[in-house]
Amino acid sequence: MTPMKPLFAALALTTALVLPGLAFAKPVTLTVNMNSYGGRGAYLAVYVTDPAGAYAGSLWMAGGKAKYYRHLSDWARFTGSDPAQVDGITGASVGAGQSLTLDMDLADALFDAGYTLHIDAAVEDMRDSPNEISVPLTAAGAGQAVTGGRYIADFTYGF
Amino acid sequence: MLRFLHRWPGLLAAVLLIVIALGGAALSVFPALDRLTRPAVVAGQSVAELAAVVQAAHPAVEQIRRAPSGRITAYWFDGDTPGAAVIDPQTGADMGSADAGAVESWLKSLHRALLLEDAGRWTVAAGAAMMLLMAVSGAMLVARRMGGWRHWFAPQRRGVSGRWHTLLARVAVAGLLISSLTGLFMVAATFSLTPDDAANPAFPATVSGLTALPAQDLPALQAIPVADLRDLTFPVADDPTDAFAVTTSTGSGYVDPGNGALLVWADNGPWQAAWEWAYLLHTGDGAALWGLILGLMVPTVPALAVTGGLIWWRTWQSRPRLAGMVAADKAQTVILVASEGGTTWGFATTLAQALQTAGHSVHLAALSTLSPDRYRSAKRLIVMAATWGDGDAPSSAKGAVERLRAANVPKGMELILLGFGDSGFPVYCGYAATLHDTAQAKGWAMPLPLGRIDRQSAQNFARWGRDLGAHLGVALTLNHQPQAPRTQALTLTIRRDYASPDAPVAILRFALPQSTLWQRITGQGFARFAPGDLLGILPEGSTLPRFYSLASGHSDKFIEIAVRQHVGGLCSNQLLSLPIGAQVSAFLRPNPGFQPDRSAAPLILIGAGTGIGPLAGFVRTEGARRPVHLWFGARSAETDLLYAEELTAWQKDGRLDHLTCAFSRSTAPRRHVQDALRDDAEALRGLVTHGARIMVCGGREMAQGVQVALADILAPVGLSPRSLKAEGRYAEDSY
Repeated sequence: MTPMKPLFAALALTTALVLPGLAFAKPVTLTVNMNSYGGRGAYLAVYVTDPAGAYAGSLWMAGGKAKYYRHLSDWARFTGSDPAQVDGITGASVGAGQSLTLDMDLADALFDAGYTLHIDAAVEDMRDSPNEISVPLTAAGAGQAVTGGRYIADFTYGF
Repeated sequence: MLRFLHRWPGLLAAVLLIVIALGGAALSVFPALDRLTRPAVVAGQSVAELAAVVQAAHPAVEQIRRAPSGRITAYWFDGDTPGAAVIDPQTGADMGSADAGAVESWLKSLHRALLLEDAGRWTVAAGAAMMLLMAVSGAMLVARRMGGWRHWFAPQRRGVSGRWHTLLARVAVAGLLISSLTGLFMVAATFSLTPDDAANPAFPATVSGLTALPAQDLPALQAIPVADLRDLTFPVADDPTDAFAVTTSTGSGYVDPGNGALLVWADNGPWQAAWEWAYLLHTGDGAALWGLILGLMVPTVPALAVTGGLIWWRTWQSRPRLAGMVAADKAQTVILVASEGGTTWGFATTLAQALQTAGHSVHLAALSTLSPDRYRSAKRLIVMAATWGDGDAPSSAKGAVERLRAANVPKGMELILLGFGDSGFPVYCGYAATLHDTAQAKGWAMPLPLGRIDRQSAQNFARWGRDLGAHLGVALTLNHQPQAPRTQALTLTIRRDYASPDAPVAILRFALPQSTLWQRITGQGFARFAPGDLLGILPEGSTLPRFYSLASGHSDKFIEIAVRQHVGGLCSNQLLSLPIGAQVSAFLRPNPGFQPDRSAAPLILIGAGTGIGPLAGFVRTEGARRPVHLWFGARSAETDLLYAEELTAWQKDGRLDHLTCAFSRSTAPRRHVQDALRDDAEALRGLVTHGARIMVCGGREMAQGVQVALADILAPVGLSPRSLKAEGRYAEDSY
């Protein structure tokens, strides 16, 4: 893992890029709509890479069993499948055809600064789908749906 | 305790386990189906060759997976459209859908989580834990019942309660143990309760960045046989820093696409290896035949649940319900019961009611509650003890011998012991005898000798009741019928009378009543019987049946018994004066302890008087297929040589190889059957050392005389009736 930027050094303690109630953060809503892919609930890893393409931190993990995290293969490569990376920001897996909505306060510095939000997906007995969503975080991109590949129909972030 | 551990989880979990088991059994078919339908494996193929074949068919392949069954699945993208298929490793051609069918998915979800999420998984895990508990406690119960682990597959005696339950369990318990243990291990791994030590190597710090070589030229992939492969993930096409990720059954690592070097490798830890084994054993994925075998064992769960539930219900039904019972410290008579199957409680209740009728106050309890200090008003303690297996304590009496040994002997309290058992066992009423010896050593006053009830005999019990009544100075009529028999009317068709002067004898033949379809299916009524089984007859004016050994089997198409008239005997007098065409109320009771085995070893039949009945039946049914030797005692050739004509005919047609008659009241030589045995000692020793089986039928004194004679005869060859009994080669039916 490459060393993090100073801004994130403090935040890395919680591994989250979330700054609740701080002046230099803004509330953001992430929405993931799933395809009807005909399988069990999908595991989703939502994380951010910095302008150099290095791992910056995780925003959310949908899916509670650490045993399966290795199938979120890009995220697993970045983090060594370390469940501590998603401590306290873990929820249930997301069923086919359903959607996941996340409200969080994200640091202003993440936007229009070359950071990219990624989502890896995996479903039991089906293919792994790393980096299914890969979208630059920009103010202009807010509210624009990005289509996924295998499991995710589309993804949107908005203020 | 063992019974408790076996019973309650079983009743609670029955429904849950039936669902899980049926789901599991249905799933067991899929590995076999998969094995039959998947494309053929290419022997000796390397991962490099496979990758090349797949890449040729699907240039944008992302991932190749190999299931333990050998099925290979590839995942790719056609432009933006994800594609997936089962692949023929020879040609790379698509051979069918990559996704599990809807039925299999549904069954899997039902089997492991009852179609729910984590709550369902925990519930199933609890079910598996209960199944494990029952498999272990049940196996120990079976071992105890069979007389040790060595006798696990020994034949069971017919008519034992829970016979089907035990039979199924003996076959299936191994599968149930493995299923529950591996299932629990997999649940534990799912919830990260076991350490996760699957190989998890860090992505290599540097990748060569060279132009990718064709997959078949990559040395690291050439070195891995497809048979070991689990997963191969291709590097992202336009990313020179990416690498192949490869996972095998033993570990995982990264391979450089530019030069084919193995950049990183890590082995799985022991927990992951254990998980792989648990998965294989539980699912049969990769071992289809094993999966099917397991799948055949698991559906016994519903059958075990139902038969187990029935056993419990029967035991519960036969719990005592004694009206007017007084507290332990108020009762004059305390009756303590050690019952295994629950039948002894019925006898105890009958005794308690009879004592109440005679004006006694009675307390009835399980023997395990024994504490003589508490019985402050008691003048006597009556212990009624069944025996479990070979002289062990029944579960409801655990620790009673120790308690008896530790307790003080209260002044003025006497102890009366009654044992229940099966004289067919080498140790007859062994547990009651242990109690008896313990009490005697402690100095208890025991006014009556140890009573013994053979195979729940109502006659034995009534006789013992008369002895007890005589001791207490009251008329005690113990009329106990464990299960009110459902009688059928039998019509007398033929009778042969033997005018023995002081005790007339007759052979009575009744017409076989028509069995209903239900009786034929369930073996009830007179649908199935063999010589040696018992015919219960309810004499007019009595509710206490008398039992006679059957001289015929179902295939003879008639019911035949031999009866001697007893002075004042209600039933025998009625039978001896029964005219042709008249009817009696009768029922069948199986007597599994007195049946010839199925071997072809010689059969030695020894009997006297009416005891010839079942022996004649055995000659009829067995004589054609094995040597049969009969020693028969009668009073004289003129008066009571029963079956004389048949015996002659059977000797002629070869069914009876040898016949010796002994006459106790003829002119000369006068001898009993045991004397005849001693005269033929040499021949008997020869037969027994060649594996012969001995069956004895007749009066108790004769049976005892025969035992003594045979003990002497067989001593030179190191055998005895006792040792033969232990081997199942000596059966006795005496009365």
